[in-house]
Amino acid sequence: MKQQHKSKLNKSTIPVYVVLTIASLLSLFPFYWMFVMATRPSAAYNSIPPTILPGGMLVENFQKVLDTIPFFQAMWNTILLCTTVTVAVLIISSLAGYAFAKFEFPGKNFLFICILLTMVIPPQLGLIPQYYLISQLGWLDTLLGAGVLFLLNPLGIFLMRQYISQSVPDELMEAAKLDGCSNFRIYWSIVLPIIKPAFATLGIIVFTLVWGEFLWQFTVLRDPSSYTLQVALASLNNAFRVDFGMLLSGVFWATVPLIVIFLFFNKWFISSITEGSIK
Amino acid sequence: MENVHKQARASTVKAKKLSEKKKDMISGYLYVAPFFIVFGIIGLYPAIFSIVLAFQKWNGLGEMEFVGMNNFAIVLQDPLFWKSLYNTVLMGLMGTAPQLIVGIILAYFLNMAVIRFTNFFRVTIFMPYITSMVAVALVFGVFFSSNESALANYVIGWFGFDPVSWKTSEWGAKIAISLMVFWRWVGYNTIIYLAGLQSIPKDLYEAATIDGANKVQQFFHITIPLLKPFIVLTVFMSTVGALQLFAEPTVFLGSSAFSRDEAMTVVMYLYRDAFNLGSFGTASATAVLLLIIIVGAAALNTWLTSGAGSKKRGVKS
Repeated sequence: MKQQHKSKLNKSTIPVYVVLTIASLLSLFPFYWMFVMATRPSAAYNSIPPTILPGGMLVENFQKVLDTIPFFQAMWNTILLCTTVTVAVLIISSLAGYAFAKFEFPGKNFLFICILLTMVIPPQLGLIPQYYLISQLGWLDTLLGAGVLFLLNPLGIFLMRQYISQSVPDELMEAAKLDGCSNFRIYWSIVLPIIKPAFATLGIIVFTLVWGEFLWQFTVLRDPSSYTLQVALASLNNAFRVDFGMLLSGVFWATVPLIVIFLFFNKWFISSITEGSIK
Repeated sequence: MENVHKQARASTVKAKKLSEKKKDMISGYLYVAPFFIVFGIIGLYPAIFSIVLAFQKWNGLGEMEFVGMNNFAIVLQDPLFWKSLYNTVLMGLMGTAPQLIVGIILAYFLNMAVIRFTNFFRVTIFMPYITSMVAVALVFGVFFSSNESALANYVIGWFGFDPVSWKTSEWGAKIAISLMVFWRWVGYNTIIYLAGLQSIPKDLYEAATIDGANKVQQFFHITIPLLKPFIVLTVFMSTVGALQLFAEPTVFLGSSAFSRDEAMTVVMYLYRDAFNLGSFGTASATAVLLLIIIVGAAALNTWLTSGAGSKKRGVKS
Protein backbone atom coordinates (compact mmCIF):
# COMPACT_ATOMS: atom_id res chain seq x y z
CA MET A 1 0.00 0.00 0.00
CA LYS A 2 2.68 2.42 1.02
CA GLN A 3 4.82 1.38 -1.92
CA GLN A 4 1.95 2.07 -4.30
CA HIS A 5 1.38 5.49 -2.83
CA LYS A 6 5.03 6.36 -3.29
CA SER A 7 5.20 5.35 -6.95
CA LYS A 8 2.03 7.27 -7.72
CA LEU A 9 3.56 10.33 -6.14
CA ASN A 10 6.67 10.02 -8.26
CA LYS A 11 4.67 9.88 -11.45
CA SER A 12 2.79 13.07 -10.62
CA THR A 13 6.02 14.91 -9.90
CA ILE A 14 7.58 14.16 -13.30
CA PRO A 15 6.21 17.35 -14.92
CA VAL A 16 7.55 19.34 -11.99
CA TYR A 17 11.04 17.93 -12.50
CA VAL A 18 10.79 18.56 -16.24
CA VAL A 19 9.86 22.22 -15.72
CA LEU A 20 12.55 22.78 -13.09
CA THR A 21 15.20 21.08 -15.22
CA ILE A 22 14.33 23.18 -18.25
CA ALA A 23 14.43 26.32 -16.10
CA SER A 24 17.84 25.34 -14.74
CA LEU A 25 19.23 24.61 -18.19
CA LEU A 26 17.96 27.92 -19.55
CA SER A 27 19.48 29.70 -16.56
CA LEU A 28 22.84 28.04 -17.00
CA PHE A 29 23.07 28.00 -20.79
CA PRO A 30 24.33 31.60 -21.25
CA PHE A 31 27.10 30.89 -18.71
CA TYR A 32 28.12 27.76 -20.56
CA TRP A 33 27.90 29.41 -23.96
CA MET A 34 29.93 32.37 -22.69
CA PHE A 35 32.64 29.87 -21.79
CA VAL A 36 32.38 28.14 -25.20
CA MET A 37 32.77 31.41 -27.09
CA ALA A 38 35.66 32.42 -24.82
CA THR A 39 37.56 29.35 -26.05
CA ARG A 40 36.79 29.73 -29.76
CA PRO A 41 38.04 31.97 -32.54
CA SER A 42 35.65 34.69 -33.59
CA ALA A 43 35.00 32.86 -36.86
CA ALA A 44 33.41 29.94 -34.99
CA TYR A 45 30.58 32.29 -34.45
CA ASN A 46 29.66 32.19 -38.13
CA SER A 47 29.58 28.42 -38.44
CA ILE A 48 26.36 26.57 -39.19
CA PRO A 49 25.32 24.64 -37.20
CA PRO A 50 26.61 26.81 -34.34
CA THR A 51 29.47 25.59 -32.18
CA ILE A 52 28.38 24.49 -28.77
CA LEU A 53 31.52 22.69 -27.62
CA PRO A 54 34.57 24.44 -26.10
CA GLY A 55 37.67 24.94 -28.26
CA GLY A 56 41.31 25.59 -27.42
CA MET A 57 41.67 29.36 -27.54
CA LEU A 58 41.03 30.19 -23.90
CA VAL A 59 44.47 31.74 -23.42
CA GLU A 60 44.75 33.46 -26.82
CA ASN A 61 41.37 35.18 -26.47
CA PHE A 62 42.19 36.39 -23.00
CA GLN A 63 45.55 37.68 -24.24
CA LYS A 64 43.63 39.78 -26.78
CA VAL A 65 41.46 41.18 -23.99
CA LEU A 66 44.60 42.14 -22.08
CA ASP A 67 45.96 43.87 -25.19
CA THR A 68 42.75 45.87 -25.68
CA ILE A 69 41.67 46.96 -22.21
CA PRO A 70 43.55 47.27 -18.90
CA PHE A 71 41.68 44.23 -17.57
CA PHE A 72 43.60 43.64 -14.35
CA GLN A 73 43.67 47.33 -13.57
CA ALA A 74 39.88 47.38 -14.01
CA MET A 75 39.51 44.28 -11.86
CA TRP A 76 41.63 45.90 -9.15
CA ASN A 77 39.67 49.16 -9.40
CA THR A 78 36.41 47.23 -9.06
CA ILE A 79 37.57 45.22 -6.06
CA LEU A 80 38.94 48.32 -4.36
CA LEU A 81 35.76 50.27 -5.07
CA CYS A 82 33.42 47.51 -3.90
CA THR A 83 35.37 46.79 -0.74
CA THR A 84 35.72 50.39 0.43
CA VAL A 85 32.11 51.23 -0.33
CA THR A 86 30.90 48.09 1.44
CA VAL A 87 32.95 48.79 4.58
CA ALA A 88 31.81 52.43 4.63
CA VAL A 89 28.14 51.51 4.16
CA LEU A 90 28.37 48.91 6.93
CA ILE A 91 29.78 51.49 9.34
CA ILE A 92 27.31 54.24 8.42
CA SER A 93 24.30 51.90 8.49
CA SER A 94 25.18 50.08 11.68
CA LEU A 95 25.84 53.32 13.58
CA ALA A 96 22.57 54.83 12.40
CA GLY A 97 20.71 51.55 12.92
CA TYR A 98 22.10 51.40 16.49
CA ALA A 99 20.90 54.93 17.18
CA PHE A 100 17.42 54.30 15.76
CA ALA A 101 17.07 51.03 17.64
CA LYS A 102 18.45 51.97 21.05
CA PHE A 103 18.43 55.71 21.71
CA GLU A 104 15.71 58.24 22.31
CA PHE A 105 16.14 61.66 20.77
CA PRO A 106 13.72 64.32 19.56
CA GLY A 107 12.79 63.92 15.89
CA LYS A 108 13.87 60.30 15.78
CA ASN A 109 10.76 59.00 14.05
CA PHE A 110 10.70 61.91 11.64
CA LEU A 111 14.30 61.27 10.64
CA PHE A 112 13.62 57.58 10.17
CA ILE A 113 10.67 58.30 7.88
CA CYS A 114 12.90 60.68 5.91
CA ILE A 115 15.33 57.81 5.36
CA LEU A 116 12.58 55.53 4.11
CA LEU A 117 11.36 58.25 1.76
CA THR A 118 14.79 58.63 0.19
CA MET A 119 14.34 55.11 -1.20
CA VAL A 120 11.67 56.39 -3.57
CA ILE A 121 13.86 58.98 -5.34
CA PRO A 122 15.07 57.41 -8.60
CA PRO A 123 18.86 57.67 -8.90
CA GLN A 124 18.60 59.37 -12.31
CA LEU A 125 16.87 62.44 -10.87
CA GLY A 126 20.08 63.81 -9.44
CA LEU A 127 22.38 62.47 -12.14
CA ILE A 128 23.27 65.78 -13.78
CA PRO A 129 23.89 67.85 -10.61
CA GLN A 130 25.79 64.90 -9.13
CA TYR A 131 27.98 64.76 -12.20
CA TYR A 132 28.47 68.52 -12.00
CA LEU A 133 29.33 68.30 -8.30
CA ILE A 134 31.84 65.52 -8.83
CA SER A 135 33.46 67.37 -11.72
CA GLN A 136 33.70 70.58 -9.64
CA LEU A 137 35.38 68.59 -6.88
CA GLY A 138 37.84 67.20 -9.43
CA TRP A 139 36.69 63.66 -8.72
CA LEU A 140 35.94 62.62 -12.31
CA ASP A 141 37.94 59.54 -13.28
CA THR A 142 38.57 58.68 -9.64
CA LEU A 143 37.24 55.84 -7.54
CA LEU A 144 36.16 58.43 -4.98
CA GLY A 145 33.82 59.91 -7.58
CA ALA A 146 32.62 56.48 -8.64
CA GLY A 147 31.96 55.32 -5.08
CA VAL A 148 30.56 58.30 -3.24
CA LEU A 149 26.98 57.88 -4.51
CA PHE A 150 26.76 54.36 -3.12
CA LEU A 151 27.33 55.58 0.43
CA LEU A 152 23.65 56.46 0.43
CA ASN A 153 22.00 53.22 1.37
CA PRO A 154 18.71 53.68 3.21
CA LEU A 155 17.93 49.95 3.01
CA GLY A 156 21.08 49.30 5.05
CA ILE A 157 19.89 51.50 7.93
CA PHE A 158 16.49 49.85 7.80
CA LEU A 159 17.95 46.31 7.98
CA MET A 160 20.40 47.26 10.75
CA ARG A 161 17.72 48.90 12.87
CA GLN A 162 15.52 45.80 12.61
CA TYR A 163 18.37 43.47 13.41
CA ILE A 164 19.80 45.46 16.31
CA SER A 165 16.45 46.01 18.00
CA GLN A 166 15.72 42.29 17.78
CA SER A 167 19.05 40.79 18.72
CA VAL A 168 20.82 43.20 21.09
CA PRO A 169 19.19 42.90 24.55
CA ASP A 170 18.65 46.15 26.47
CA GLU A 171 19.79 44.42 29.70
CA LEU A 172 23.21 43.83 28.20
CA MET A 173 23.52 47.51 27.37
CA GLU A 174 22.33 48.53 30.85
CA ALA A 175 24.90 46.25 32.45
CA ALA A 176 27.68 47.64 30.29
CA LYS A 177 26.59 51.19 31.18
CA LEU A 178 26.73 50.40 34.90
CA ASP A 179 30.27 49.21 34.33
CA GLY A 180 31.01 52.64 32.89
CA CYS A 181 31.06 51.81 29.18
CA SER A 182 30.51 54.71 26.81
CA ASN A 183 27.89 54.38 24.08
CA PHE A 184 30.57 54.00 21.45
CA ARG A 185 32.34 51.35 23.51
CA ILE A 186 29.05 49.43 23.71
CA TYR A 187 28.71 49.69 19.93
CA TRP A 188 32.24 48.51 19.38
CA SER A 189 32.48 45.61 21.84
CA ILE A 190 28.88 44.44 22.23
CA VAL A 191 26.78 45.45 19.23
CA LEU A 192 29.30 44.73 16.47
CA PRO A 193 30.00 41.10 17.45
CA ILE A 194 26.26 40.38 17.74
CA ILE A 195 25.33 41.81 14.35
CA LYS A 196 27.91 39.91 12.30
CA PRO A 197 25.21 37.98 10.37
CA ALA A 198 23.50 41.24 9.42
CA PHE A 199 26.89 42.55 8.27
CA ALA A 200 27.30 39.52 6.02
CA THR A 201 23.83 40.00 4.51
CA LEU A 202 24.11 43.73 3.92
CA GLY A 203 27.73 43.35 2.82
CA ILE A 204 26.71 40.96 0.04
CA ILE A 205 23.86 43.23 -1.10
CA VAL A 206 26.13 46.28 -1.31
CA PHE A 207 29.11 44.47 -2.83
CA THR A 208 27.10 42.97 -5.71
CA LEU A 209 25.20 46.22 -6.24
CA VAL A 210 28.40 48.23 -6.67
CA TRP A 211 30.05 45.47 -8.73
CA GLY A 212 27.25 45.46 -11.28
CA GLU A 213 26.25 49.14 -11.42
CA PHE A 214 26.79 50.81 -14.77
CA LEU A 215 25.10 54.17 -15.37
CA TRP A 216 27.01 56.22 -12.80
CA GLN A 217 30.39 54.60 -13.44
CA PHE A 218 29.87 55.02 -17.19
CA THR A 219 29.17 58.71 -16.57
CA VAL A 220 32.10 59.63 -14.34
CA LEU A 221 34.84 57.25 -15.48
CA ARG A 222 36.08 58.34 -18.91
CA ASP A 223 39.78 57.57 -18.64
CA PRO A 224 40.62 53.89 -19.32
CA SER A 225 42.98 53.67 -16.35
CA SER A 226 40.08 54.49 -14.02
CA TYR A 227 37.65 52.02 -15.63
CA THR A 228 35.84 49.52 -13.50
CA LEU A 229 35.14 46.09 -15.00
CA GLN A 230 31.68 47.00 -16.25
CA VAL A 231 32.83 50.12 -18.06
CA ALA A 232 35.87 48.32 -19.46
CA LEU A 233 33.70 45.46 -20.75
CA ALA A 234 31.23 47.83 -22.34
CA SER A 235 34.12 49.56 -24.12
CA LEU A 236 35.13 46.20 -25.66
CA ASN A 237 31.86 46.27 -27.57
CA ASN A 238 32.44 49.63 -29.21
CA ALA A 239 34.92 48.62 -31.88
CA PHE A 240 33.67 48.71 -35.47
CA ARG A 241 34.24 45.00 -35.93
CA VAL A 242 33.91 43.17 -32.63
CA ASP A 243 35.94 40.04 -31.98
CA PHE A 244 33.34 37.87 -30.28
CA GLY A 245 35.88 35.39 -28.91
CA MET A 246 37.74 38.20 -27.20
CA LEU A 247 34.55 39.93 -26.05
CA LEU A 248 33.12 36.88 -24.34
CA SER A 249 36.50 35.97 -22.92
CA GLY A 250 36.47 39.35 -21.18
CA VAL A 251 32.94 38.80 -19.91
CA PHE A 252 33.81 35.29 -18.79
CA TRP A 253 36.85 36.28 -16.75
CA ALA A 254 35.01 39.23 -15.26
CA THR A 255 32.15 36.94 -14.20
CA VAL A 256 34.20 34.06 -12.76
CA PRO A 257 35.11 35.85 -9.50
CA LEU A 258 31.45 36.57 -8.77
CA ILE A 259 30.43 32.98 -9.54
CA VAL A 260 33.10 31.71 -7.14
CA ILE A 261 31.97 34.12 -4.42
CA PHE A 262 28.36 33.16 -5.06
CA LEU A 263 28.94 29.41 -4.86
CA PHE A 264 30.92 29.95 -1.68
CA PHE A 265 28.30 32.13 0.01
CA ASN A 266 25.15 31.00 -1.77
CA LYS A 267 23.18 30.61 1.47
CA TRP A 268 24.00 34.20 2.42
CA PHE A 269 23.13 35.43 -1.04
CA ILE A 270 19.71 33.87 -1.01
CA SER A 271 18.96 34.96 2.54
CA SER A 272 20.11 38.49 1.67
CA ILE A 273 17.41 38.68 -0.98
CA THR A 274 14.64 37.25 1.15
CA GLU A 275 15.60 39.28 4.20
CA GLY A 276 15.20 42.44 2.19
CA SER A 277 11.74 41.32 1.13
CA ILE A 278 10.09 39.97 4.25
CA LYS A 279 9.33 43.31 5.81
CA MET B 1 17.73 63.44 58.92
CA GLU B 2 17.15 60.22 57.11
CA ASN B 3 14.63 61.98 54.96
CA VAL B 4 17.14 64.60 53.87
CA HIS B 5 19.62 61.90 53.03
CA LYS B 6 17.07 60.10 50.90
CA GLN B 7 16.21 63.29 49.09
CA ALA B 8 19.83 64.02 48.36
CA ARG B 9 20.35 60.56 46.96
CA ALA B 10 17.23 60.82 44.84
CA SER B 11 18.44 64.06 43.35
CA THR B 12 21.87 62.68 42.49
CA VAL B 13 20.24 59.65 40.86
CA LYS B 14 17.97 61.99 38.97
CA ALA B 15 20.89 64.15 37.89
CA LYS B 16 22.82 61.11 36.76
CA LYS B 17 19.83 59.82 34.81
CA LEU B 18 19.37 63.18 33.18
CA SER B 19 22.95 63.41 32.04
CA GLU B 20 22.70 59.82 30.86
CA LYS B 21 19.66 60.78 28.83
CA LYS B 22 21.47 63.76 27.41
CA LYS B 23 24.41 61.58 26.49
CA ASP B 24 22.12 59.15 24.68
CA MET B 25 20.56 62.03 22.82
CA ILE B 26 23.93 63.30 21.68
CA SER B 27 24.99 59.77 20.68
CA GLY B 28 21.78 59.35 18.72
CA TYR B 29 22.31 62.50 16.67
CA LEU B 30 25.99 61.77 16.23
CA TYR B 31 25.40 58.27 14.90
CA VAL B 32 22.72 59.20 12.37
CA ALA B 33 24.69 62.27 11.26
CA PRO B 34 26.98 60.56 8.70
CA PHE B 35 24.00 59.38 6.65
CA PHE B 36 22.31 62.76 6.70
CA ILE B 37 25.50 64.63 5.83
CA VAL B 38 26.11 62.35 2.84
CA PHE B 39 22.43 62.53 1.91
CA GLY B 40 22.41 66.31 2.07
CA ILE B 41 25.42 66.66 -0.21
CA ILE B 42 24.85 63.96 -2.80
CA GLY B 43 21.13 63.22 -2.46
CA LEU B 44 19.00 66.18 -1.47
CA TYR B 45 21.08 68.99 -2.95
CA PRO B 46 21.33 67.35 -6.41
CA ALA B 47 17.61 66.49 -6.37
CA ILE B 48 16.65 70.11 -5.66
CA PHE B 49 19.30 71.39 -8.08
CA SER B 50 17.79 69.10 -10.73
CA ILE B 51 14.33 70.53 -10.24
CA VAL B 52 15.69 74.09 -10.43
CA LEU B 53 17.71 73.13 -13.51
CA ALA B 54 14.61 71.86 -15.25
CA PHE B 55 13.53 75.51 -15.60
CA GLN B 56 16.88 76.81 -16.83
CA LYS B 57 18.79 76.76 -20.05
CA TRP B 58 22.32 75.57 -19.27
CA ASN B 59 25.14 73.66 -20.92
CA GLY B 60 27.08 73.07 -17.71
CA LEU B 61 29.65 75.80 -18.40
CA GLY B 62 28.19 79.26 -18.95
CA GLU B 63 25.47 81.21 -17.21
CA MET B 64 22.10 79.69 -16.45
CA GLU B 65 19.12 81.32 -18.07
CA PHE B 66 15.63 80.99 -16.65
CA VAL B 67 13.27 79.71 -19.34
CA GLY B 68 10.19 78.71 -17.36
CA MET B 69 8.35 75.69 -18.69
CA ASN B 70 10.20 75.85 -21.99
CA ASN B 71 12.35 72.75 -21.33
CA PHE B 72 9.26 70.71 -20.57
CA ALA B 73 7.64 72.01 -23.75
CA ILE B 74 10.71 71.03 -25.79
CA VAL B 75 10.81 67.52 -24.31
CA LEU B 76 7.06 66.94 -24.55
CA GLN B 77 7.03 68.08 -28.18
CA ASP B 78 9.95 65.85 -29.12
CA PRO B 79 8.71 62.69 -30.87
CA LEU B 80 11.88 60.92 -29.69
CA PHE B 81 10.87 61.45 -26.05
CA TRP B 82 7.52 59.80 -26.70
CA LYS B 83 9.20 57.05 -28.64
CA SER B 84 11.59 56.44 -25.74
CA LEU B 85 8.71 56.38 -23.28
CA TYR B 86 6.80 53.96 -25.50
CA ASN B 87 9.89 51.73 -25.78
CA THR B 88 10.49 51.81 -22.03
CA VAL B 89 6.91 50.90 -21.14
CA LEU B 90 6.67 48.20 -23.81
CA MET B 91 10.01 46.56 -22.93
CA GLY B 92 9.16 46.93 -19.26
CA LEU B 93 5.89 45.07 -19.72
CA MET B 94 7.42 42.40 -21.95
CA GLY B 95 10.35 41.87 -19.61
CA THR B 96 8.68 41.95 -16.23
CA ALA B 97 5.08 40.71 -16.53
CA PRO B 98 6.05 37.15 -17.65
CA GLN B 99 8.75 37.19 -14.97
CA LEU B 100 6.21 37.43 -12.18
CA ILE B 101 4.03 34.62 -13.54
CA VAL B 102 6.94 32.27 -14.26
CA GLY B 103 8.48 33.20 -10.89
CA ILE B 104 5.33 32.17 -9.01
CA ILE B 105 5.12 28.84 -10.88
CA LEU B 106 8.79 28.02 -10.30
CA ALA B 107 8.56 28.96 -6.63
CA TYR B 108 5.44 26.82 -6.25
CA PHE B 109 7.26 23.83 -7.71
CA LEU B 110 10.37 24.44 -5.65
CA ASN B 111 8.24 24.58 -2.52
CA MET B 112 6.74 21.11 -3.02
CA ALA B 113 7.89 18.89 -0.19
CA VAL B 114 8.32 15.87 -2.46
CA ILE B 115 10.83 17.49 -4.79
CA ARG B 116 14.44 16.44 -4.33
CA PHE B 117 17.52 18.49 -5.27
CA THR B 118 15.58 21.64 -4.30
CA ASN B 119 18.77 23.36 -3.31
CA PHE B 120 20.43 22.58 -6.62
CA PHE B 121 17.50 23.97 -8.59
CA ARG B 122 17.30 26.99 -6.35
CA VAL B 123 20.96 27.84 -6.88
CA THR B 124 20.89 27.36 -10.67
CA ILE B 125 17.69 29.35 -11.14
CA PHE B 126 19.09 32.18 -9.01
CA MET B 127 22.48 32.26 -10.80
CA PRO B 128 21.56 34.77 -13.57
CA TYR B 129 20.96 37.42 -10.92
CA ILE B 130 24.61 37.49 -9.87
CA THR B 131 25.87 38.41 -13.34
CA SER B 132 26.03 42.10 -14.06
CA MET B 133 23.68 43.77 -16.50
CA VAL B 134 26.65 44.61 -18.70
CA ALA B 135 27.74 40.96 -18.88
CA VAL B 136 24.20 39.87 -19.71
CA ALA B 137 23.89 42.51 -22.41
CA LEU B 138 27.20 41.47 -24.01
CA VAL B 139 26.43 37.73 -23.98
CA PHE B 140 22.94 38.33 -25.34
CA GLY B 141 24.43 40.78 -27.81
CA VAL B 142 26.44 37.97 -29.39
CA PHE B 143 23.55 35.52 -29.11
CA PHE B 144 21.15 37.99 -30.76
CA SER B 145 23.60 39.40 -33.24
CA SER B 146 22.14 40.81 -36.44
CA ASN B 147 24.16 38.19 -38.29
CA GLU B 148 22.17 35.55 -40.16
CA SER B 149 24.15 32.81 -38.46
CA ALA B 150 23.54 34.15 -34.94
CA LEU B 151 22.57 31.42 -32.51
CA ALA B 152 19.20 33.06 -31.92
CA ASN B 153 18.47 33.02 -35.65
CA TYR B 154 19.50 29.38 -35.82
CA VAL B 155 17.10 28.52 -32.98
CA ILE B 156 14.13 30.38 -34.46
CA GLY B 157 14.97 28.63 -37.75
CA TRP B 158 13.90 25.36 -36.12
CA PHE B 159 10.43 26.82 -35.82
CA GLY B 160 10.39 27.99 -39.41
CA PHE B 161 11.08 31.71 -38.80
CA ASP B 162 13.29 33.80 -41.05
CA PRO B 163 16.47 35.29 -39.55
CA VAL B 164 15.85 38.56 -37.70
CA SER B 165 18.16 41.54 -37.67
CA TRP B 166 17.99 41.77 -33.87
CA LYS B 167 19.88 45.00 -33.34
CA THR B 168 18.30 47.12 -36.03
CA SER B 169 14.69 46.03 -36.28
CA GLU B 170 11.85 47.58 -34.32
CA TRP B 171 10.73 44.36 -32.65
CA GLY B 172 13.98 42.43 -32.73
CA ALA B 173 15.74 44.85 -30.37
CA LYS B 174 12.78 45.03 -28.02
CA ILE B 175 12.38 41.26 -27.82
CA ALA B 176 16.10 40.68 -27.23
CA ILE B 177 16.26 43.32 -24.47
CA SER B 178 13.09 42.08 -22.77
CA LEU B 179 14.50 38.57 -22.79
CA MET B 180 17.67 39.80 -21.06
CA VAL B 181 15.63 41.48 -18.37
CA PHE B 182 13.48 38.38 -18.02
CA TRP B 183 16.44 36.01 -17.83
CA ARG B 184 18.34 38.03 -15.25
CA TRP B 185 15.46 38.73 -12.86
CA VAL B 186 13.19 35.71 -12.97
CA GLY B 187 15.27 33.76 -10.42
CA TYR B 188 15.39 36.75 -8.08
CA ASN B 189 11.59 36.95 -8.04
CA THR B 190 11.34 33.18 -7.66
CA ILE B 191 13.41 33.38 -4.46
CA ILE B 192 11.20 36.15 -3.06
CA TYR B 193 8.06 34.13 -3.83
CA LEU B 194 9.66 31.03 -2.35
CA ALA B 195 10.25 32.92 0.89
CA GLY B 196 6.61 33.93 0.77
CA LEU B 197 5.38 30.39 0.16
CA GLN B 198 7.44 29.09 3.04
CA SER B 199 5.69 31.49 5.36
CA ILE B 200 2.27 29.97 4.53
CA PRO B 201 1.30 27.44 7.23
CA LYS B 202 1.10 23.87 5.89
CA ASP B 203 -2.10 23.02 7.80
CA LEU B 204 -4.06 25.46 5.62
CA TYR B 205 -3.43 23.15 2.67
CA GLU B 206 -4.23 20.07 4.75
CA ALA B 207 -7.53 21.55 5.83
CA ALA B 208 -8.36 22.46 2.23
CA THR B 209 -7.56 18.93 1.07
CA ILE B 210 -9.90 17.53 3.71
CA ASP B 211 -12.59 19.95 2.49
CA GLY B 212 -12.15 18.46 -0.97
CA ALA B 213 -10.33 21.33 -2.70
CA ASN B 214 -8.08 20.21 -5.53
CA LYS B 215 -4.55 21.52 -6.19
CA VAL B 216 -5.68 24.20 -8.65
CA GLN B 217 -8.36 25.49 -6.28
CA GLN B 218 -5.82 25.52 -3.46
CA PHE B 219 -3.42 27.48 -5.63
CA PHE B 220 -5.95 30.21 -6.44
CA HIS B 221 -7.68 30.36 -3.05
CA ILE B 222 -4.79 29.88 -0.63
CA THR B 223 -1.45 30.40 -2.33
CA ILE B 224 -2.16 33.51 -4.39
CA PRO B 225 -4.05 35.50 -1.70
CA LEU B 226 -1.45 34.72 0.98
CA LEU B 227 1.35 35.57 -1.41
CA LYS B 228 -0.18 38.99 -2.02
CA PRO B 229 2.29 41.10 -0.03
CA PHE B 230 5.15 39.51 -1.92
CA ILE B 231 3.44 40.06 -5.26
CA VAL B 232 2.83 43.71 -4.39
CA LEU B 233 6.50 44.08 -3.47
CA THR B 234 7.82 42.50 -6.67
CA VAL B 235 5.39 44.45 -8.86
CA PHE B 236 6.54 47.66 -7.18
CA MET B 237 10.22 46.82 -7.60
CA SER B 238 9.87 45.67 -11.20
CA THR B 239 7.91 48.77 -12.17
CA VAL B 240 10.52 51.09 -10.70
CA GLY B 241 13.35 49.01 -12.20
CA ALA B 242 11.80 48.70 -15.66
CA LEU B 243 11.30 52.45 -15.99
CA GLN B 244 15.00 52.98 -15.25
CA LEU B 245 16.22 50.65 -18.01
CA PHE B 246 19.59 51.87 -19.28
CA ALA B 247 22.53 49.45 -19.18
CA GLU B 248 20.96 46.64 -21.22
CA PRO B 249 20.02 48.61 -24.35
CA THR B 250 23.10 50.84 -24.18
CA VAL B 251 25.54 47.95 -23.99
CA PHE B 252 23.55 45.65 -26.28
CA LEU B 253 23.58 48.21 -29.10
CA GLY B 254 27.16 49.31 -28.43
CA SER B 255 28.45 52.32 -30.35
CA SER B 256 25.16 52.85 -32.19
CA ALA B 257 23.08 52.94 -29.00
CA PHE B 258 22.39 56.67 -28.94
CA SER B 259 21.92 57.13 -32.67
CA ARG B 260 19.09 54.64 -33.08
CA ASP B 261 15.58 54.75 -31.70
CA GLU B 262 14.39 51.10 -31.72
CA ALA B 263 15.46 50.59 -28.11
CA MET B 264 15.99 54.14 -26.85
CA THR B 265 14.70 54.33 -23.27
CA VAL B 266 13.79 57.40 -21.21
CA VAL B 267 17.04 57.25 -19.21
CA MET B 268 19.01 56.91 -22.46
CA TYR B 269 17.15 59.92 -23.83
CA LEU B 270 18.05 61.85 -20.67
CA TYR B 271 21.68 60.74 -20.83
CA ARG B 272 21.95 61.67 -24.51
CA ASP B 273 20.54 65.16 -23.89
CA ALA B 274 22.93 65.80 -21.02
CA PHE B 275 26.20 64.17 -22.01
CA ASN B 276 26.09 63.91 -25.79
CA LEU B 277 24.23 67.12 -26.58
CA GLY B 278 25.19 69.19 -23.53
CA SER B 279 21.66 70.33 -22.84
CA PHE B 280 21.45 70.01 -19.06
CA GLY B 281 18.15 71.91 -18.83
CA THR B 282 16.05 69.62 -21.01
CA ALA B 283 17.79 66.57 -19.53
CA SER B 284 16.75 67.75 -16.05
CA ALA B 285 13.22 68.35 -17.28
CA THR B 286 13.22 64.73 -18.52
CA ALA B 287 14.50 63.61 -15.12
CA VAL B 288 11.64 65.42 -13.38
CA LEU B 289 9.14 63.87 -15.82
CA LEU B 290 10.69 60.46 -15.14
CA LEU B 291 10.26 60.98 -11.40
CA ILE B 292 6.58 61.81 -11.91
CA ILE B 293 6.10 58.78 -14.19
CA ILE B 294 7.86 56.40 -11.80
CA VAL B 295 5.97 57.57 -8.71
CA GLY B 296 2.68 57.49 -10.65
CA ALA B 297 3.25 54.05 -12.19
CA ALA B 298 4.49 52.54 -8.93
CA ALA B 299 1.52 53.92 -6.99
CA LEU B 300 -0.95 52.77 -9.62
CA ASN B 301 0.53 49.28 -9.86
CA THR B 302 0.71 48.85 -6.13
CA TRP B 303 -2.86 50.03 -5.76
CA LEU B 304 -4.02 47.69 -8.53
CA THR B 305 -2.22 44.62 -7.18
CA SER B 306 -3.23 45.14 -3.58
CA GLY B 307 -6.77 46.01 -4.69
CA ALA B 308 -7.09 42.84 -6.75
CA GLY B 309 -5.94 40.73 -3.81
CA SER B 310 -8.36 42.20 -1.29
CA LYS B 311 -11.29 41.81 -3.66
CA LYS B 312 -10.48 38.12 -3.92
CA ARG B 313 -10.29 37.82 -0.16
CA GLY B 314 -13.57 39.66 0.16
CA VAL B 315 -15.31 37.08 -2.03
CA LYS B 316 -13.82 34.28 -0.01
CA SER B 317 -14.94 35.46 3.40
